[in-house]
Amino acid sequence: MSTAVQTSAEEKRAWRLRGRMGMLLVLPGFLFIVVFFAIPVFSMLSMSLYTQPEGAATGVFEPGLNFGTYSAMMSTYWDTFIRSFGFALIATVAALIIGYPMAYLVAVRLRGRPLLQGLLLVVIIAPFFSSFILRVQSWRFILADEGFVVSTLETLSILPEGTRLTATPFAVVAGMTYLYLPLMTLPIYANLERMDSRLIEAGGDLYASGSQTFMRVTLPLSMPGIMAGTLLTFIPAAGDYVNAVMLGNNVNTTMVGQVIDSRFFQSVDYPGAAALSSVLMVIILIVVMAYVRRFGTKEIV
Amino acid sequence: MAASGKDLVLEGITKRFGDYTAVDDLSLHVPAGRFFALLGPSGCGKSTTLRMIAGLEHPTSGRVYIGDEDVTATKAHQREVNTVFQSYALFPHLSILENVAFGLKRKKVPDAVEQAKAALELVELAHLAQRKPAQLSGGQQQRVALARAVVNRPHVLLLDEPLGALDMKLRRQMQTELKTIQDEVGVTFIHVTHDQEEAMTMADTVAVMNAGRIEQIGPPDELYDLPATAFVANFLGKSNLFEATVTESNGDWLSLSFAGTTTGLAASRAVQTTGTIVAGIRPEKIIAAPAGQPPASAGSGWAKVPGGRVTSVSYTGVSTEYEIAVQGLGEFTVFAQNLHSTGFTEGDQVDLWWEESNLFGLAGDADTEAGIEEV
Ligand SMILES: Nc1ncnc2c1ncn2[C@@H]1O[C@H](COP(=O)(O)OP(=O)(O)OP(=O)(O)O)[C@@H](O)[C@H]1O
Ligand SMILES: [Mg+2]
Repeated sequence: MSTAVQTSAEEKRAWRLRGRMGMLLVLPGFLFIVVFFAIPVFSMLSMSLYTQPEGAATGVFEPGLNFGTYSAMMSTYWDTFIRSFGFALIATVAALIIGYPMAYLVAVRLRGRPLLQGLLLVVIIAPFFSSFILRVQSWRFILADEGFVVSTLETLSILPEGTRLTATPFAVVAGMTYLYLPLMTLPIYANLERMDSRLIEAGGDLYASGSQTFMRVTLPLSMPGIMAGTLLTFIPAAGDYVNAVMLGNNVNTTMVGQVIDSRFFQSVDYPGAAALSSVLMVIILIVVMAYVRRFGTKEIV
Repeated sequence: MAASGKDLVLEGITKRFGDYTAVDDLSLHVPAGRFFALLGPSGCGKSTTLRMIAGLEHPTSGRVYIGDEDVTATKAHQREVNTVFQSYALFPHLSILENVAFGLKRKKVPDAVEQAKAALELVELAHLAQRKPAQLSGGQQQRVALARAVVNRPHVLLLDEPLGALDMKLRRQMQTELKTIQDEVGVTFIHVTHDQEEAMTMADTVAVMNAGRIEQIGPPDELYDLPATAFVANFLGKSNLFEATVTESNGDWLSLSFAGTTTGLAASRAVQTTGTIVAGIRPEKIIAAPAGQPPASAGSGWAKVPGGRVTSVSYTGVSTEYEIAVQGLGEFTVFAQNLHSTGFTEGDQVDLWWEESNLFGLAGDADTEAGIEEV
């Protein structure tokens, strides 16, 4: 009896010590988050509520509680928000449709051929090795009016004569799809790669054809990878700026990132830019949470 | 439900992986409704053979028939064959019930869920139907895997060491259950194992496999009583094998001479009847008696090997296992039932006695060490 009490007291002390050690280990990460995330978010939120004093010069604001900025910004830019999330959604779906088969090919079909697998993995990751500005720029050449793609599609009568692809919503979405494709493919690859191929065999053994096995076994089991991939694509795509600037136009491709940029640097409207950023952040948070709740937990095996 | 079992015929199937031959020109015929065991050491090609029957692997050459139908070219999902995998391979994202109903649903059986529930009753897991496989113990998962396969009433059910991961007690229990289920459903069972006791207690017919080939097929008692190769003699139980020369042959009886002694051997029990052969006798069929005193049961038709010395004694309760060194012959293993409280101790001088009708004869070039499991 007494020994039991003693050990447990000792154990408790050991646990407490270990707990403290653990705290020390997470401290750097914690500090990093406070300094580089929490503080900026806080200053962004407070900046969005600043007011401009009567007759002050442009760019001069003082602390306040001006919620009017939000309604002003949203009534002007609500359609830009819808466009941003629409583009991000289309790009995410497109990246999933392109990326999943690639991941499946490398992870499942090429099992037992490590050389080919490694080679194709490098091909998937390769775009990351070059500057992403360059890669977006190259899409301008690819989709140029006199470029190969447009002229071929026109010759094949898939596109009517004189169609433009540059500076269209198509170009922006295509650029985003391409840019975020590895972020979609790699998590799905990692997930499929770990999958037990005996489960696929079991599907065949139980009268499921190849496509049925895929729909009933492989696809559901790769849900965690799809979750990760779609989130990693959707979140940066919704806040995208580079593709819209370089591949878009000023009429129907403007995204929230561009508006924030112009508010900040051109209009010198810091509270407006901060309010837009805050709304963007909150919407992304809500969308992601709803998504994870709907599809996430259920699939955790 | 009507018995659904069908004959299984393998005709000269060979499977090569690169230049390695995993299964080598293997032929076999299992009649419908039999409990057939494929027994062999690790890596001898048992799983590969099963996978070719299931359609998960295609033979390099040879044909597979189920019933009268040649299924060699068909895919796994087109064969009325189900497998209980060595690793269970339960679908982790589906509930137990969904796992069991999986095959029936693919076959568009209308009352798939009801049948799946009935199959879970059969393996006494109905109360866990809604759980996920990860929430079950190893033994329970094994039974789910069995239910998932049996519920489809396949023509042939393949079991790839399904009891391998279970502890001894559960294993024995599952063996009985498997046997009962097989009686109930009448499906042809092909059971792969490297546990010889399991094969012998469960199967009607046992095939002993070695290095991609079948060494011998037969009912368990026949295989045990009359092994045809040194591999079978050593792998299935233990055997004492020694070289002997046939000195005389009068039709169905041979006289053997070895290490200065003689014994008789029925010609029908010998693979080779002339020249130097390898003779064998099971350890429990030898009686060790104090030197110079014949055992009470010995009479005509008994052989005596004098000059043995007990080198080791292992007491196992029901019986005692003696190692007895015989000059010029090497070590003999003898199992003696503990009918009396007195046994031998190390160093005792003994004679070995056996009934000649229990001896078996193997080919003279047999490797007497073949099939002895390294422990
Ligand atoms: N896909 C494969 N590629 C290459 N060699 C293989 C392959 N599958 C099996 N083999 C080889 O074929 C041989 C037989 O394998 P198999 O799995 O049939 O053995 P087994 O009798 O089932 O053994 P165990 O009792 O250990 O399960 C082994 O030597 C194995 O290495
Ligand atoms: Mg095996």
